[in-house]
Amino acid sequence: MSHMDRARHEALAREELVKIRSIPLSPKARLQIPVQDMPSQDPMVRRANMFEVATGYTPEQAMLESARCLQCKNAPCVAGCPVRIDIPGFLAKARDGDFAGAVAVIKRTNLLPSICGRVCPQEKQCQLTCTVGKALGGVDKAVQIGRVERFVADYERGAGLLAAPPVTGSTGKKVAVVGAGPAGLTCAVDVRRQGHKVVIFEAFHKAGGVMVYGIPEFRLPKALVASEAEVVESMGVDFEMSFLVGRTRRLNSLLKEDDFDAVFIGTGAGLPKFMNIPGENLVGVFSANEYLTRANLMKAYEIGKAATPLYPSRRVAVLGGGNVAMDSARMALRLGAEEVRVLYRRTREEMPARGEEVVHAMEEGIIFDFLSSPTQVLGDQNGRVVGLEVLSYELGAPDESGRRRPVAIKGSEKIVPFDTVIVAVGNESNPLISRTSPELSVDRWGHILVDEKQKTSIERVYAGGDIVLGAATVILAMGEGRRAAAAINEVLQ
Amino acid sequence: MHSEHKILSKRQLSEEVYRMEILAPLVAKERKAGQFVIVQYDEEYSERIPLTIADADEEKGTVTLIFQTVGASTHKLALKNVGDSIVLLGPLGNPTHIENYGWAVCVGGGIGLAPLHPIVKALKNAGNRVTVISGARTAELLIMQEEMKALADEHIIVTDDGSAGRKALVTEPLKELCSRDPKPDLVVTIGPPIMMKFCAATTQPFGVKTLASLNTIMIDGTGMCGGCRVTVGGKTKFVCVDGPEFDAHEVDWAQMLSRLGAYKSIEQAAHDRCHLEMSLQKLAKAQGAAQDAAETITERSNNR
Repeated sequence: MSHMDRARHEALAREELVKIRSIPLSPKARLQIPVQDMPSQDPMVRRANMFEVATGYTPEQAMLESARCLQCKNAPCVAGCPVRIDIPGFLAKARDGDFAGAVAVIKRTNLLPSICGRVCPQEKQCQLTCTVGKALGGVDKAVQIGRVERFVADYERGAGLLAAPPVTGSTGKKVAVVGAGPAGLTCAVDVRRQGHKVVIFEAFHKAGGVMVYGIPEFRLPKALVASEAEVVESMGVDFEMSFLVGRTRRLNSLLKEDDFDAVFIGTGAGLPKFMNIPGENLVGVFSANEYLTRANLMKAYEIGKAATPLYPSRRVAVLGGGNVAMDSARMALRLGAEEVRVLYRRTREEMPARGEEVVHAMEEGIIFDFLSSPTQVLGDQNGRVVGLEVLSYELGAPDESGRRRPVAIKGSEKIVPFDTVIVAVGNESNPLISRTSPELSVDRWGHILVDEKQKTSIERVYAGGDIVLGAATVILAMGEGRRAAAAINEVLQ
Repeated sequence: MHSEHKILSKRQLSEEVYRMEILAPLVAKERKAGQFVIVQYDEEYSERIPLTIADADEEKGTVTLIFQTVGASTHKLALKNVGDSIVLLGPLGNPTHIENYGWAVCVGGGIGLAPLHPIVKALKNAGNRVTVISGARTAELLIMQEEMKALADEHIIVTDDGSAGRKALVTEPLKELCSRDPKPDLVVTIGPPIMMKFCAATTQPFGVKTLASLNTIMIDGTGMCGGCRVTVGGKTKFVCVDGPEFDAHEVDWAQMLSRLGAYKSIEQAAHDRCHLEMSLQKLAKAQGAAQDAAETITERSNNR
């Protein structure tokens, strides 16, 4: 596939726009408008830099892509969106070039569209149910809702229109939000809007949670996350950074001594899972959390500036098939690895990663070893990784998740040389808050149990995001943050 | 966004060892013996450095940190002065389990004497008879000696070169103490990993319960990264949330040592660079002073 530059995308879109202006746009005509590809950096260039891979639609592309929307009365896309954005509504405005109007429609239900437009798995949500995609026989032909969402959000920022939501007069009530990730930030904004005082407690030194430590710069620029956090701060939300609730101060003290009227816990999925195979504690084996945190939050890639060291890697194995695995593999490549292989037990079809990320990874030269998984990590006399023993699999009968179960092929073990292994097989719940607050009910995986309003077993304490859901997505976390905020606002009335 | 903590006092204890008192009222209030903090010299490029707490004053709202300059980040931390602020997160890790064991022997090596101090204090307060073994390469590197002397029922000092106390390794008196009848009820050891490893090997034949406080590489210190993992009793443990103290007889010391050395070459290079920069700065300062002096002389002579 040859790479097309931005100017070419723009020129083609302009021609198409002229064409459709001269004809009345029947549904049939709309279906004939070509899907607008996302302009991106040349794969051979971007694999060696940290700049954003997808560079965003041009205005022409955004208008054209929006014109593909059939404005279905039943709007199946809205049902597919976890926060129920009025998708036909914002696409109609974008189609007419009213980008500010479009972003205003989105912001009625989604506070962070520039982030969601970049990281939501749209092909599993709004775009999965899109009528256009169904009519054209493929989800990849659906209206590219996420790309238009990103465009109008970036337009708003670029035009200097980014503004904090209005805050009503002070109520004198106080709410603590634990964790400055997607769930916490969303909850904080919605609670603050109602005039309650809000303090966010964050363990790291920067706000954003997974959006700063996990998702890499080349997929979600950190300046963008920082500017969203600044908007929250400009609403009068206080941030207490490097503050670990459970250790620096207990949940109970926040409620009883510090007079918080309610607490929202959005601490995320914070305990990496390993494979439980021999050799996993050798030097050169990293959890994806560690690998990505070093590179993203600690900026280890800025060699000479950042003090956090990077492990020198030449041949890297990434274990897993989700977004975090893709991020780790592509980061390893950018940090100078000569060969990066993703080992996944199933096949491309079963990969949980966002479709666009898999395509981008393949374009950049990441090698995928499907139907394979390691049985042990091999080390040298210094305790450093030298390779993996890898077992091949085939797909058997479907399991309870409906996916075909991978079955090991006996005797297929082979030894593959690697110096670095990144384990990206998910997270368990961080036990810190539940251990220091025994009256907080959790399930057997440590996820905090909540009711339909996100309320926990403790009065006035709510929770949401990955600490409730297990490893999920940014948008689902935001949805839970909003629901909790609504419940908090209701009880504080 | 608030996260900064002010440095209230700073003292250089030896060539590479510094003592700082940091304003952190909540940490000072919550911390217990055995816990640690993570500090950063700035929010942009600093490493996250786990440091054990040497002392705390709840009334003043301060914690005392003692650290050795081993890499780029600790060097940059050492360049901070009174009035400057640093990032500090804590207290982290599980507190030492304190009870009246009877006779406790606390073995501290080098910088490890700092985190040992609150443990000695807590054990003493719980009614234990406490013997302290203070060890260092040389007399200059023995720290917290006044505090230890004041607390310990028995205080044994050893140095590698004999410049203070006995010329011996800490394991020598430790073995003698374990040979007494009755033998110690508990040994706590904090210091270089190799020392803790040999302390464990020393007490094992006597069957004396021995705790070691591990100082592994960490990023977040809250359980999120797993960089600090060690094998204890055949199981993987995270030092930050499961530790930092473990049964010294169950720790896989060889693995721990190799994991600690993961970035050794990079750290060494950074350390050397820091020293080079510091001496260059000194040299530049000296040259600047010489030049100033020369200029003053020229000026004076011109004025004449």
